[in-house]
Amino acid sequence: MVETTMVETRMADQSIAETFASPKTGVSQRDVVRFCLMLIVLAALVALPFAARALDAANLTTLATRIVIFAIAAASLNLALGVGGMVSFGHAAFFGIGGYVVGILYQHFVSDEPLFGFISGTNQLIITAAAAILVSGLAAALFGALSLRTSGVQFIMITLAFAQMLFFLFVSLKAYGGDDGLIVRRRNVLFGLDTRDDATFYFICLAVAVAFFALLHRIMRSRFGLVLGGIRQNERRMASIGIPTYSYQLAAFVISGMGCGLAGALMANFARFVSPDMLHWMQSGELMIMVILGGAGTLFGPALGAALWIILETSLAAWTEHWQFVLGPVIILIILFFRGGLQGILTMIRGIAHG
Amino acid sequence: MAEALLSIDGLVKRFGGLIASDHVSLDVNAGEVHALIGPNGAGKTTLISQLMGELAPDAGTIRLGGADIAGMSTAARAHQGLARTFQITQLLDEYSSLDNVALAVQARGGHSFRFWSDARRSEPLRKTALAHLTQAGLAARTEVRAANLAHGERKQLELAVALAAAPRMLLLDEPMAGLGIADSQQMIDILRGLKGKLAMLLVEHDMDAVFALADRISVLVYGRVIASGDPESIRANAEVRTAYLGEEE
Repeated sequence: MVETTMVETRMADQSIAETFASPKTGVSQRDVVRFCLMLIVLAALVALPFAARALDAANLTTLATRIVIFAIAAASLNLALGVGGMVSFGHAAFFGIGGYVVGILYQHFVSDEPLFGFISGTNQLIITAAAAILVSGLAAALFGALSLRTSGVQFIMITLAFAQMLFFLFVSLKAYGGDDGLIVRRRNVLFGLDTRDDATFYFICLAVAVAFFALLHRIMRSRFGLVLGGIRQNERRMASIGIPTYSYQLAAFVISGMGCGLAGALMANFARFVSPDMLHWMQSGELMIMVILGGAGTLFGPALGAALWIILETSLAAWTEHWQFVLGPVIILIILFFRGGLQGILTMIRGIAHG
Repeated sequence: MAEALLSIDGLVKRFGGLIASDHVSLDVNAGEVHALIGPNGAGKTTLISQLMGELAPDAGTIRLGGADIAGMSTAARAHQGLARTFQITQLLDEYSSLDNVALAVQARGGHSFRFWSDARRSEPLRKTALAHLTQAGLAARTEVRAANLAHGERKQLELAVALAAAPRMLLLDEPMAGLGIADSQQMIDILRGLKGKLAMLLVEHDMDAVFALADRISVLVYGRVIASGDPESIRANAEVRTAYLGEEE
């Protein structure tokens, strides 16, 4: 556990390009600083529900849970978008599929009628989450296999089209609530934990996120990750050194879809509700904004982006109903003036601090 | 007589009304340097792109080591031992020189569906890549991002990447283009050091380089091979002199 945190820390706030340009040898002072910073952030995240309870601000915990879940989804999209350069405008499809897997399995669990006549429903989080990952991965394999035959604007449009197709499919699926969505009356159970308790559920999400980010960290530095980054930079070059680029892009697209499916499964449990809105193109757009806002291609950028987006959305919505009027310019300013997003701002501040 | 390593027969490529390759037939023997010269727009780069599988020819066959490679993807051809350099450098600009070369070493060593261990800490990959960089004269620039390299260095890196793919047949698309006299000479020396170790198809405008390196020369004009032979006979060929060499001297 400590080891995983340590490797994560090295990556902590460093742009991917910077990492790729300077391989690490041994442990430098910067690594130690990152390690400490990472521990502090993790400690703060662990302490958060207790602080919320002490301050009598329970909604702080639920806000943090939403951030953690969207951080997983955004980081997952980032693998395709930021690292692999595949601008998918349809990743909400996988997020929504993850949610519906939980919702549908729960409905069959309650009604005790097997799905398709042979799959019995369940409310075990381990099983529903695994099923969500599997089904969204299959969908990503199908969508990706077809979409990756194109590139550029066509790719953006075709991923959008696939996601909207699924959106309308779920809108018309009356058996599973159609337009109104599906209510999951009780959260899935996990071992003996009381998932109905918001703090407990927050810790489950946090643990999943830590494991997921550790995995992404490894992937981004692996042979696969380097190949993926190479394809983003110059596909022609990669082909000419013997890399069948399509296969690697497709694999990354599938992993990316699976991560979004996992986030969707957590979201369905958190909100105890799934609806076609989870698959809507606006949801895809929000995920993209989180990635770009935080810093595409970086490990923690998308998490920062998710945090900023949700905090701004929540606080501005409490202040005025025209919150988008304020949020829009903020995003435009960040994107215009800080090319690396929030991650870029942090790197810049560190640069200034170090002279 | 043994079959040539690379043999092209009757290759045709049309872009609308323009014929970029007009029944091109030529071959390159193992270990031989075969230079391809001709005026701009003669179809030299188009020919290399067809050999590498980036462009599909309209007709004709391409054989490498006796096997027909016409239907293969670019990546598959690379695994058959074909490599190219680009006239306009195609590098991974965000990666260091060493990363650029290490990826080629990695690509040749089997699939890259390895998700866990840090590729930059792989000693064998790094060592081999460093050897190729040293050979190309870039030993002092290993950690510099490709984007920050000078033009001559980028040309050298192109060559290092192509060599790291361990080709038996190397397609060189104007490796001296845009190089100063010193850089040009260095590139010629590096290529001369490779002579005999692998076959090369050298597309080049620098006649000093061509006559210093080539065992055989073919002249391409308007997509057609108008002459082919050893350097002396090409130098003496009247048709070549009017079509091409004359304007140089």
